[in-house]
Amino acid sequence: MGTFLHRHRGATPYLLLAPGVLWLAIFFLIPLAFLGYESLQSGLFPNFEFTWEFSNFSDGIRDYREQFVRSFLYAGIATLACLVLAYPLVYWIAFRAGPWRNLFLLFIVAPFFVTYLVRTLAWLNILADQGPVVGLLRDVHILDSDGRLLATTFAVVSGITYNFFPFMALPIYVSLEQIDPRLLEAAKDLYASSTQAFLRVTLPLSAPGIVAGTLLTFIPAAGDFINAALLGTPNQAMIGNVIQSKFLESLDYPGAASLSFVLMGLILAMLLIYARIVGSERLTG
Amino acid sequence: MTTLAASPERARRGAGARTWAIVKRHALTVYALLVVGYLMLPIAVVILFSFNKPAGRFNYVWEEFTFDNWVNWNAVLGIQDAIITSLQVGLLATVVATALGTLMAMAIVRHHFVGRGATNILVFLPMSTPEIVLGASLLTLFLNTTAVFQLGFWTIFIAHVMFIVSFVVVTVKARLIGFDRHLEEAAMDLGANEVTTFRKVTLPLIAPAMLAAALLGFALSIDDFVITYLTAGGTQTFPVFVWGIARVSVPPQVNVIASAIFLVAIALALGNALWQIRAGRRQRRATA
Repeated sequence: MGTFLHRHRGATPYLLLAPGVLWLAIFFLIPLAFLGYESLQSGLFPNFEFTWEFSNFSDGIRDYREQFVRSFLYAGIATLACLVLAYPLVYWIAFRAGPWRNLFLLFIVAPFFVTYLVRTLAWLNILADQGPVVGLLRDVHILDSDGRLLATTFAVVSGITYNFFPFMALPIYVSLEQIDPRLLEAAKDLYASSTQAFLRVTLPLSAPGIVAGTLLTFIPAAGDFINAALLGTPNQAMIGNVIQSKFLESLDYPGAASLSFVLMGLILAMLLIYARIVGSERLTG
Repeated sequence: MTTLAASPERARRGAGARTWAIVKRHALTVYALLVVGYLMLPIAVVILFSFNKPAGRFNYVWEEFTFDNWVNWNAVLGIQDAIITSLQVGLLATVVATALGTLMAMAIVRHHFVGRGATNILVFLPMSTPEIVLGASLLTLFLNTTAVFQLGFWTIFIAHVMFIVSFVVVTVKARLIGFDRHLEEAAMDLGANEVTTFRKVTLPLIAPAMLAAALLGFALSIDDFVITYLTAGGTQTFPVFVWGIARVSVPPQVNVIASAIFLVAIALALGNALWQIRAGRRQRRATA
């Protein structure tokens, strides 16, 4: 094998790539093609026929516009909330936590070690009508005496925020940690106040982390359906809930497939717009 | 201090600025600790409620402390099989994905070849596709090729390898980029062929990255619900089991399993950290 590799040096990268690329081609690219094929079919389960049924797309967008808007709105708010919660925390860890850095990083990833569904269910305990949070909010009259947190938009968005928080925090931490402290000293030597030093040095240098974190949070959040299903009601249904129920409950495969495609297309479009704004080098790292 | 006292106005401003600086510093610390508290709260709730003795079918309100749920962790029908399936899928998918991903990372970092950019995009795409789309497209593939693929254990395995591979490539790539090629050239100069060089030089150097990638992959696999749910058919992994039972009643045993997974993961993370600290010390002692 050694001599074979030696004789065919040009072939080496392709041999190394072959198994992985084949796997991704067969189980990622080809399925997308099948999804496209399915999305243009018509008929009723189990007798679907391929008929170039483009109306699946227009019908889907028309019927589920509300859920699409809601998905992107919820994902957007949750992404912003993650940024506001995560940036000061990781800034503190990177510059103030000293020897405790790694411990606090462990705190950030710790939620990932609890099964997704179970940590979402934990919010049911916390936000429950008989629970302490609702009780407190009722006592101080932020909530009415019969007001609730569960089954509201607030519950769904805060569930999404909690579940995708580490995706925002970790990339920002990495970019903050790489900042050379001498740059901040130089800024101070040039009479920058600490606010100016932050705005002119730290923030721009952590921008790649913010960009990466935003994408890593927004994309899975927009496709999520677990938080809406467990913490919300049909009034909070996101597009993921629709796709999931069409596939597994109403068995409307063409409808589900076309909605999946629209979701992916919208996310790709947003990615491209985002790339234009922030620069594509920052996007791919 | 004396100059400040000489000019009371400046002293006041100085004191004000100092107080402001202290407030600012502590405000950030307080904020950071509050966010940490927010992150820990649901975890504490999960662990706490694993010791609860619920009054009704739902485990939402604290009633009474008990060890029963931990002792009878498998008393709920189906929970043990679901965990075994989760572990089997996780182990198998992680091993296969780590192997495939490491080879890909080596090709991408080490070689210049036609199609390198396209390969990078192919690796990046699954990570930037919503899980529901990944699961949906795989489900359509499987539904249209029922002669080859029946939904169940192996379709879950296929799906998991697919979405773990990209994460392995990214993790191992990061390590390979900062890697001294001279070590391998030295081995070759000393007469080792490529396979020997790989076994004796390359592999030991990238092993930590492979281990990190494998741990990440296993964590992703054991936690995944969306893709698994769409490709599982009737087979249940632990998250699929929780989803099924969540509509009826969540028994405290679910909290027990989740707490156990959490504690094992934390123990592994701490162990890994200690191992790295000790390795670092040994290295420093060796160079001193």
